[in-house]
Amino acid sequence: MGKTLFQKVWESHSVATLSNGQTQLLIDTHLIHEVTSPQAFGMLRDLGLKVAYPQRTFATVDHIVPTDQREEPFSDSLADAMIKELNRNAKEFGVTYFDLRSGKQGIVHVVGPEQGITQPGTTIACGDSHTATHGAFGAIAFGIGTTQVRDILATQTMALSPMKVRRINVDGELRPGVYAKDVILHIIRLLGAGGGKGYAYEYGGSIFDGFTMEERMTVCNMSIEGGARAGYVNPDEKTFEYLKGRPYSPKGEEWDKAVAAWRAVASDADAVYDDVVNIRAEDVPPTVTWGVSPDQAIAVNEQVPTVESGTNAEQRISIQEALEYMKLEGGAPIKGTKIDVAFVGSCTNGRLSDFREVARFLKGKKVAGHVKAIAVPGSQIVDVLARQEGIDQVFTDAGFEWRGAGCSMCLAMNPDKLVGDQLCASSSNRNFKGRQGSPTGRTILMSPLMVAAAAVTGEVADAREVFALSA
Amino acid sequence: MALTKVTQIAGTAVHVPGTDIDTDRIIPARFMKCVTFDGLGEFAFYDVRKNPDGTDKPHPLNDERFKGANILLSGANFGCGSSREHAPQALYRFGFRAVIAESFAEIFFGNCTTLGIPCAVAAHNDIVALAKEVERNPKLEVTVDLLEGKVFFEDQEFAIIVPHTAREALTTGQWDPIAELLENKDAVDAKIRELAVVA
Repeated sequence: MGKTLFQKVWESHSVATLSNGQTQLLIDTHLIHEVTSPQAFGMLRDLGLKVAYPQRTFATVDHIVPTDQREEPFSDSLADAMIKELNRNAKEFGVTYFDLRSGKQGIVHVVGPEQGITQPGTTIACGDSHTATHGAFGAIAFGIGTTQVRDILATQTMALSPMKVRRINVDGELRPGVYAKDVILHIIRLLGAGGGKGYAYEYGGSIFDGFTMEERMTVCNMSIEGGARAGYVNPDEKTFEYLKGRPYSPKGEEWDKAVAAWRAVASDADAVYDDVVNIRAEDVPPTVTWGVSPDQAIAVNEQVPTVESGTNAEQRISIQEALEYMKLEGGAPIKGTKIDVAFVGSCTNGRLSDFREVARFLKGKKVAGHVKAIAVPGSQIVDVLARQEGIDQVFTDAGFEWRGAGCSMCLAMNPDKLVGDQLCASSSNRNFKGRQGSPTGRTILMSPLMVAAAAVTGEVADAREVFALSA
Repeated sequence: MALTKVTQIAGTAVHVPGTDIDTDRIIPARFMKCVTFDGLGEFAFYDVRKNPDGTDKPHPLNDERFKGANILLSGANFGCGSSREHAPQALYRFGFRAVIAESFAEIFFGNCTTLGIPCAVAAHNDIVALAKEVERNPKLEVTVDLLEGKVFFEDQEFAIIVPHTAREALTTGQWDPIAELLENKDAVDAKIRELAVVA
């Protein structure tokens, strides 16, 4: 009987069975950042332990870095204390650190792949729920809490129970103006924010075969919003092509050996899945969220649900709560909803291809007068590459601010926050209450091009109409 | 590491209704600007408990009647979203020692277990019935019994589900796995050597 990639990687990385029945799993690569690691290093010190395999831990700073003024010390004393702590911990424990001066700093889930650290068939963990991003390379990658960060620092392993595997096939052709972001928002809408509980999602089908690595990353990134702790795409020629020649990729003879191993780790043709979901690509519309959970999503040309449309009492309460918070009216079109802020960036959609795609259509257009629009590259490397292509210029000419690399307004732990009940058209991954830094701030998730359409028109808009894409 | 055996949590309960209550709601990101977990308790559910000027909003956790409750009742997919351990840390520091909900997001569940906080899954109707009783009598003594797999209150009881591995870890006082992980260092080294040959 064939095996899934998940099973193969799980088996090859199992070190022992623990007394409670969980598996002690070897973690090949540990990524850390300033928010969820300081307490873990504190615990190590309390226990008198060192980092067991420091060459397997890679640090960067992303959540709290300002995107405008980036000189240390930061004006926010709490943020400054955090970066100082990471500076100190990286040095003291001897882990590789892509700091602000390295030219390689960025969102941890952008940095790993672009450095070639993220590789097929490996296990990757990070104290951040969007670690599933790295699954785009056929890695088993998941988010963990700080105590587990400690466990991995101290032992390069963690205690974990295996997951089931749900295969999600998307086949056919995506319509113009429909992007990877729409695919994952659509999947979450169909399966629910808790639908992936207990599963790793294996994404496949002709759409994923055709997707670039960056598109695959966008989808895998939001597995957690669907309740799946990990999500992956089987490695293929595109994966190898992307990794070839990157700083941490294998070189020379090692490369050939690695590619052979990577090929072998993909799910077998006769692999058995715990569940299979089939989606027609033609059915995926440009999708936007309307509520306060990522599964509260609709097509851009649909109406916001009414309370009555809820199928049970809980659902009706949820809809009502979301409508009240979002200040939207059930039954009204989402299109035309006035926005205040537009944000292109995040570990979901802050890569070169995201900015490149927007720039293609933004040229010659202007951001509406009342909209504050910011573009935040996912890494310093993305920033440099975008500048080389003149992409930053297209954004700034249109009225966007082009910023330095970081998580920025996705979770607003830096100064980039919504104010009051501002509504943000955002290419990020979460529309939770207060997510973007204001307790009453409102978020509508969408693809980067849809954010651009909203920025230009000043309201939620259909990018296909705004940018004359043939539907 | 010999830790407390978590077999039974007794005390009073409070119901925070809702589905998909996420970790941003449990602890807003701006309160994560810290290098220790100390003091997170006061920020638990902050934005749904407080107005922008710092005054209280109507919320079960602000209700004097439920002050001191150590068992939290909630809905489906509790703790979804961010993997931040700050969420269970904030709940623990607020005073909670157990959570009963219809279902839990996995990372949150794992984080709670590692801190010795049991997360018990119960049927919607059972949670609602208990919440009604608690509303009627906020001082109602509630017991979460992990060995029995039940919640007891007055002369009533209902079943809870705690996955075997978590139940084992909690009830035997081995909910922090670090000691066991460290013990297997030789096996880890061997595994790393073995995998190095492949890649």
